[in-house]
Amino acid sequence: MIENRPFTRFLTHFVLICGVIAVALPIWITFVAATHDELRMNQAPLPLLPGSYLWQNLKQTLFGEGLSGTEQAPVWLMLLNSLAMAMLISTGKIAISLLSAFAIVYFKFPFRMTCFWMIFITLMLPVEVRILPTFEVVANLGMLNSYWGLSIPLIASATATFMFRQVFLTVPDEMLESARIDGAGPMRFFFDILLPLSRTNIAALFVILFIFGWNQYLWPLLITTDTSMTTIVMSIKQMLEAAEQSPQWNIIMTTALLAMIPPVFVVISMQKLFVQGLTETDK
Amino acid sequence: MAEIHLTDLTKSYGPTEVLHHIEGHIQDGEFIVIVGPSGCGKSTLLRMVAGLETVSSGEIRIGERRVNELEPSERDIAMVFQNYALYPHMSVRANMAYGLKIRKLSQAEINRRVEEAADILEIRQYLDRKPRQLSGGQRQRVAMGRAIVRDPQVFLFDEPLSNLDAKLRVQMRLEIRKLQQRLGVTSIYVTHDQVEAMTLGDRLMVLNGGYVEQFGTPIELYDRPASIFVAGFIGSPAMNFLPAEVKDGSVVLSNGVIIPVESPKEANVTLGIRPEHLQPEPEGAIALQVEMVEQLGANTLLHGTLQGTDKALTASVAGHATYENGEFVNFSAPASMLHLFDPETESRLEL
Amino acid sequence: MLKRVHFPSSPLPYLLVAPQLAITLIFFIWPASQAFYQSFLIEDAFGLGSEFVWFENFEVLWSDSHYLAAFWRTAVFSLLVAGLSMGFALVLAGFAQRAVRGALTYRTLLIWPYAVAPVLAGALWVFMFNPTLGIFPYFLEFFGIDWNHYLNGGQAMALVVMAAAWKQVAYNFLFYLAAMQSIPPSVIEAAAIDGAGPGRRFWTIIFPLISPTTFFLLVINMVYAFFETFGIIHAVTQGGPGTSTTILVYKVFNDGFVGLDLGGSAAQSVILMVLVVTMTVIQFRYVERKVEY
Repeated sequence: MIENRPFTRFLTHFVLICGVIAVALPIWITFVAATHDELRMNQAPLPLLPGSYLWQNLKQTLFGEGLSGTEQAPVWLMLLNSLAMAMLISTGKIAISLLSAFAIVYFKFPFRMTCFWMIFITLMLPVEVRILPTFEVVANLGMLNSYWGLSIPLIASATATFMFRQVFLTVPDEMLESARIDGAGPMRFFFDILLPLSRTNIAALFVILFIFGWNQYLWPLLITTDTSMTTIVMSIKQMLEAAEQSPQWNIIMTTALLAMIPPVFVVISMQKLFVQGLTETDK
Repeated sequence: MAEIHLTDLTKSYGPTEVLHHIEGHIQDGEFIVIVGPSGCGKSTLLRMVAGLETVSSGEIRIGERRVNELEPSERDIAMVFQNYALYPHMSVRANMAYGLKIRKLSQAEINRRVEEAADILEIRQYLDRKPRQLSGGQRQRVAMGRAIVRDPQVFLFDEPLSNLDAKLRVQMRLEIRKLQQRLGVTSIYVTHDQVEAMTLGDRLMVLNGGYVEQFGTPIELYDRPASIFVAGFIGSPAMNFLPAEVKDGSVVLSNGVIIPVESPKEANVTLGIRPEHLQPEPEGAIALQVEMVEQLGANTLLHGTLQGTDKALTASVAGHATYENGEFVNFSAPASMLHLFDPETESRLEL
Repeated sequence: MLKRVHFPSSPLPYLLVAPQLAITLIFFIWPASQAFYQSFLIEDAFGLGSEFVWFENFEVLWSDSHYLAAFWRTAVFSLLVAGLSMGFALVLAGFAQRAVRGALTYRTLLIWPYAVAPVLAGALWVFMFNPTLGIFPYFLEFFGIDWNHYLNGGQAMALVVMAAAWKQVAYNFLFYLAAMQSIPPSVIEAAAIDGAGPGRRFWTIIFPLISPTTFFLLVINMVYAFFETFGIIHAVTQGGPGTSTTILVYKVFNDGFVGLDLGGSAAQSVILMVLVVTMTVIQFRYVERKVEY
């Protein structure tokens, strides 16, 4: 940087640290709440420094009854449901998008553009705007309260298809020509050449889609009535409702913490891929 | 090893025909260079032989087989691409072995062939590296290695040297030529560089606007260019062209200079003479008014105009010579070194 | 758009696009057309029959003061969320970009709210602002502010705006930082030689140069605020108190699943679809322009 006077440097870091604190505060408070017992969590003002009940809260939340007075599935099961849903959505989206992008880029076939536009249209139809009829379709297919019902309707993704199309278009034509001279058929080319060449893009997209899947709220809320299918993210809402009668904030916030950890971990640990994926997908 | 026959070959994209009735017969083991300016269709022709472009009409035969309808992998060819087209995620060894693996050769046979090719190309120590860890010249060798291991009937080269720097290009040119002579595989090589074409090819096919202008040995092309295009394309610096008239057994230039030739015909012609065939001679009939002098060391180029006209004229004089701008220098031109072309059809007129 | 070379034609490409097309048809196009169809129907009170009424559902909406109010509320909500989170992110990115060595560390510390589900963000904020226990109401009391978003509509709106904006800061920050880092340093150096100080350089050089990103983020944030904030509203205020935080998406859900007004809900869906299409088109126009630039 050009000026590096002590004052500007101090100001820069001061503003950034304030920003970090502001952004991190809600999460810190959640963490602190998860480390105190129920009694302490019912006295104002609430603590700002961690207590010593984290393990106890975790144990009670994960394997105990969880929140007393509610009929919820155990939290470990909810975590498992969330994981299953997130994995199905992300791998499913990646798989079908890879295949359709491959077809659109590498084959010339009648109705190619029709297919392209039909996929494009999904970009304009977020689940929130077609919620009722989609619910009816899923109900009629008997997919309520199932992992398939949770994931498949969210799987079609124009964004992922576009991104892979973009990636495939940057692969030099000579790769295909060379592979054809080597005698590779379409699927062999796809698996031997194209997939390895796009593996960083696949990984980057996986991070984004995993978070997208994990954080789904409205859709699971509608199609799971069976408590054994509840996902962790939707359970928070039920807990908040329960909190109005019996505020067990330590348990609620421990659950919130557990619900946050997997996606936050994915983002932090795969930061470079994630940033690359994000800034390239959406552009 | 095989002969290649191209018979009445055309290529059209929709209504536009880009290659017109190409004929050519390539001998077994011959090194053919297809040369021409960009957009002349030379790469398209090569890719048709490779099977990467469809044939609109006509026939391609490799050996005894008609290959028009065959997939590239069934034609028993190998191709070296301009950007090498190495698979970036595979090691050099895997790159070379990929085609053999698809053909389901035994692992022992694959290893034998890869290592043999690596030895020929002196890339054995790079076999386990990825392409991005190699220099341009090394990648070029790997691309050739990938072609060699297939042990094909035909090598196809699509401007394989254009991504290398000038010095490496000359070196690789020699190596490609030596390799081809050693292996004796029929080869077709596409380039826009006439020096590369002249030095590499047993025969050259000069393509222009989708037509074959001339198909012959480098010396034939240089000595007896079939058209103004070939005459101007082959040789450096390029041939001079001057409007002239043939009458009474001589060529009369536009400024009245008369050069005797043995020709009974009378016609308007375009006279072609190479700069290196103009011989400085104080009594010479052709006078050049110097506008610029280029000293190349071994020879000196004089750029200027033909006296009394605005027609550009270049002469190449051996050794170092000093000339002033504006000065007139006289040259003579032996009749045997003159080329006459029909100004209408641009094709060669025999004296 | 298209590769120069293709594989020879075969049934294979149809098999390849089939899964995505099937899902698109069953779960996107069919439901969306159903929404269109239903938006022209009115069901009778017992749900036994329905009547085709053309645009009556839309007319009802258009004269429904609740709906119009929700419309304006959504607009205000979206602009507040977009403005707040983008402004905050812009300032942070502007400074982070100056902290050459620390930029990556700060990025790591700032991006994780992106991974937090909107409903969780809502839960966190509702906890912090819990009227009896929360940290903030406790401090606000010293300023004589009595915080209770269960009763005060303005406060409820402020709370959902904060929660929604907080979650989006990370995303905006990433894009701003990437945009600023792609400006050639020589441009900034030239401005410095011309005598522009850091603040002036930011407003006269950096900010105009990243204006395409600002525009892009504005659209993205509007879409986010329109649709993805459902979880926040649902968890924090349930549209209340009264209807003071009922935004359009929440109303569609509420009228359809709770109020069971299928035709009205469908008509609202159609209006939302039109809005998304508009925003998507705007976004794509932007992308096209960006390609040239």
